[in-house]
Amino acid sequence: MNLKRMWAVFVSRNHEFFRDRAAFGWNFLFPFLIVAGFAVVFGNENQAQFKVGVFPLASQETAIQDLDLPQGFKETKYLDFVFFSDLDQGLDRLKHHKIDMLVENASQPWRYWISDSSPKGYVAEKIFRESAMPGAPLAKIMKKEKIHGTQIRYIDWLFPGILGMNMMFSALYGVGFVIVRYRKNGVLKRLKATPLTAFEYLTAQMLSRVFLLLFTVGMVWIGCDLTFSFHTEGSLLDVAVVFAMGSISLVSLGLLVASRGTSEEFANGVINFISWPMMFLSEVWFSLEGAPEWVQTIAGVLPLTRMLSGVRRIVNDGAVLADVMPDLLFLGAVSLVCLSLASWFFSWTE
Amino acid sequence: MILEIDGLVKRYKGITAVDGISFSIREGICFGLLGQNGAGKTTTVEMLEDIITPTSGTILFKGRKRDRAFREKIGIQFQHTELLAFLTVDETLKTFSRFYKHPLPLAEIKQLCMLDTIGKQMNNKISGGQKQRLLLGLALLNAPDLLFLDEPSTGLDPQARQHMWKIIKGVKQQGKTIVLTTHYMEEAQTLCDEIIIMDHGKIIAQGSPTELIDQYCGEGQEPQNLETVFLNLTGRNLRE
Repeated sequence: MNLKRMWAVFVSRNHEFFRDRAAFGWNFLFPFLIVAGFAVVFGNENQAQFKVGVFPLASQETAIQDLDLPQGFKETKYLDFVFFSDLDQGLDRLKHHKIDMLVENASQPWRYWISDSSPKGYVAEKIFRESAMPGAPLAKIMKKEKIHGTQIRYIDWLFPGILGMNMMFSALYGVGFVIVRYRKNGVLKRLKATPLTAFEYLTAQMLSRVFLLLFTVGMVWIGCDLTFSFHTEGSLLDVAVVFAMGSISLVSLGLLVASRGTSEEFANGVINFISWPMMFLSEVWFSLEGAPEWVQTIAGVLPLTRMLSGVRRIVNDGAVLADVMPDLLFLGAVSLVCLSLASWFFSWTE
Repeated sequence: MILEIDGLVKRYKGITAVDGISFSIREGICFGLLGQNGAGKTTTVEMLEDIITPTSGTILFKGRKRDRAFREKIGIQFQHTELLAFLTVDETLKTFSRFYKHPLPLAEIKQLCMLDTIGKQMNNKISGGQKQRLLLGLALLNAPDLLFLDEPSTGLDPQARQHMWKIIKGVKQQGKTIVLTTHYMEEAQTLCDEIIIMDHGKIIAQGSPTELIDQYCGEGQEPQNLETVFLNLTGRNLRE
């Protein structure tokens, strides 16, 4: 091992990094944007760790102190109260793990609902029960209600999100990052010297990646199903269609990222800039229920959000393709726009 | 004429890489472009190859403007090209052969470029000489009328270089036109029928190796070869 050479490489690499202004800029801007994103979603002084739905309340402006709930519960930190006009609306959100607990805003006994498979629901219930007046007979003042119909296990809700996130990273890095590297090392230039057209190349890249994504998702799905016995209300074929459309849109986005440029660092920065907000805003891990409306609006135009929304509706609610047609059309439109722009901007060499 | 170039210019931000050059290339010859680093020869070749777009000027292929079919009729061996690392030599040839309408049989290419013994090896495991032979094989896959070779023997040991020359001579004997750029004057003198020497984006000399030696080697100046011509024309000082 020659430390002198290693040091020379280290210094030259640092120079390279600092002189690539685009990559350098992204490396500063990106963490800032992520922090800003978190600040928006979890903008309250007391960071909400548990979401408690309360009904029946018509206005979201209701003061927490005015709620007819145990005082200790209302004063507990890290609880975020989300209001619903009726029980059905609240139960729908609870079933889909968009909230962790649902409580009726009424005099005693306080009726509440949790999803038996939700770990956060379990903790929220503990907090609720502990907040009752010391010594009071719990059975008289609190009443746990059953959720009617099939309960969606937390893992059934979470699983499509994890698959979607994996697809997103695979689509963006597997296409976007790799094509930039091919451009940098001359692979694309060699291909340009052949009769192969940019459109043929991009389409082949897209199809290849979509095939690989669907193959991977299929294998993971089968493996996880054998292990966790997922419950799917709708048709698996419909799920595959939504995943396919989602893959096409995400890969198209990757192709757009890769349409120009030879800096892998810059491509990495752009992919991070696209993928991380999707990871946080597309309800991969947690619901955006209670987040500011404009955040939810932004989330609604992200392809991953629409793909997960469609898949979850089929998997959890038994929806059919006609029910998720708006999501499919949206994904189709994103694919069309991104592919057109990618073909337009694409360069083999620059 | 297989190629006719008139008033070719390429400008990058504030820099004129190629400055209004004009020349023609006869069919069936090996045509050499010589010049120091930065003289504009690679830029010129890449414009002829239709890899980069000229700022101005015209390039005619067999008397007509180049169209998409042009790529079916040319073969290119670039100076710097990576190949997909995890494909074998055979798979690479097969992949590229599928880009062309009328590819040559792979066995013929493999035999010509002596790739028979390394067909199963991964691209990232072959030597520099083997890689150059593979890149030449890819350039020859479509039996091109016009073959561009950009410094094909750079980095090769003498044996590999001799072998590369043998292949190039064989291609020339088939009546193909070759456009060759090189820094090796011996290579140019051995292979080329006609040569242009470029400096600062302009053509400073043109002719056959013999004509150039006769014209630009001083009387009694030794050795009487293309290297002396080149040094007399472009100077002996190192340029940064």
